[in-house]
Amino acid sequence: MKPINEMKLSFESRSCNESFARSAVAAFIAVLDPNVEEISDIKTAVSEAVTNCIVHGYRDGIGKVYIHVKIFEGARVSINIKDKGCGISDVKKAMEPLYTTCETGERAGLGFSIMDSFMDKLKVRSTPGKGTSVTLEKSIVSKGN
Amino acid sequence: MPVDIDIEERSVTAYISGEIDHHNAGELRAKIDSAVENAYPELLVLDFGAVTFMDSSGIGLVMGRYKLMQNLRGRVAIENAPRAIKKVMRMAGIEKLLSAENRREESLV
Repeated sequence: MKPINEMKLSFESRSCNESFARSAVAAFIAVLDPNVEEISDIKTAVSEAVTNCIVHGYRDGIGKVYIHVKIFEGARVSINIKDKGCGISDVKKAMEPLYTTCETGERAGLGFSIMDSFMDKLKVRSTPGKGTSVTLEKSIVSKGN
Repeated sequence: MPVDIDIEERSVTAYISGEIDHHNAGELRAKIDSAVENAYPELLVLDFGAVTFMDSSGIGLVMGRYKLMQNLRGRVAIENAPRAIKKVMRMAGIEKLLSAENRREESLV
């Protein structure tokens, strides 16, 4: 199916861009008139995916994060967020709630759980050494209500 | 990342404002921990009243402070969390820190 509108974005994997990324996606889909909760769900899920690219994908340096947002008929939004970083060897394990490779004890291990529960659909594809691609989908049903 | 810290005799209250994400959680953590390590309070109150956005970095922040306060044999309470922020907290099961029995007055008895 062909999108009725789309937007592509790429930026360096610096943590100061996390806020920019979620705000840019929210601004692009504002035309669908989502309510406060839908906007907040999408911003949170985007923030989780982008943070994963920065913290995990490019853990050893700076790389590019790519976002591709498509809007389809019926106010369905698809958001692809990918990096060309280290990849995940065991995606199933990475998606388990509370699983984290972070050793400082300040990361909750809930990124994928939040993406999964705040969006309608979550798809993760990853190749070790090549990178990770996360696709988030949500239908905007509120029409501002 | 703005945070105003109010130190009382037995409690420290951190009034957090703005957005909590991975980028600014570190600074927030450092400011709160330095107040706690100076004051050794019985209770740390994290006031989310002016927080406009939070992702799972905020969960990490709360869980880390919970561990710190446990080491000091103290407690953590969360106050004034807006609806969207409670929704993120619920994912981690930390909404029990929001419960009525954890209110400031009672935990200082």
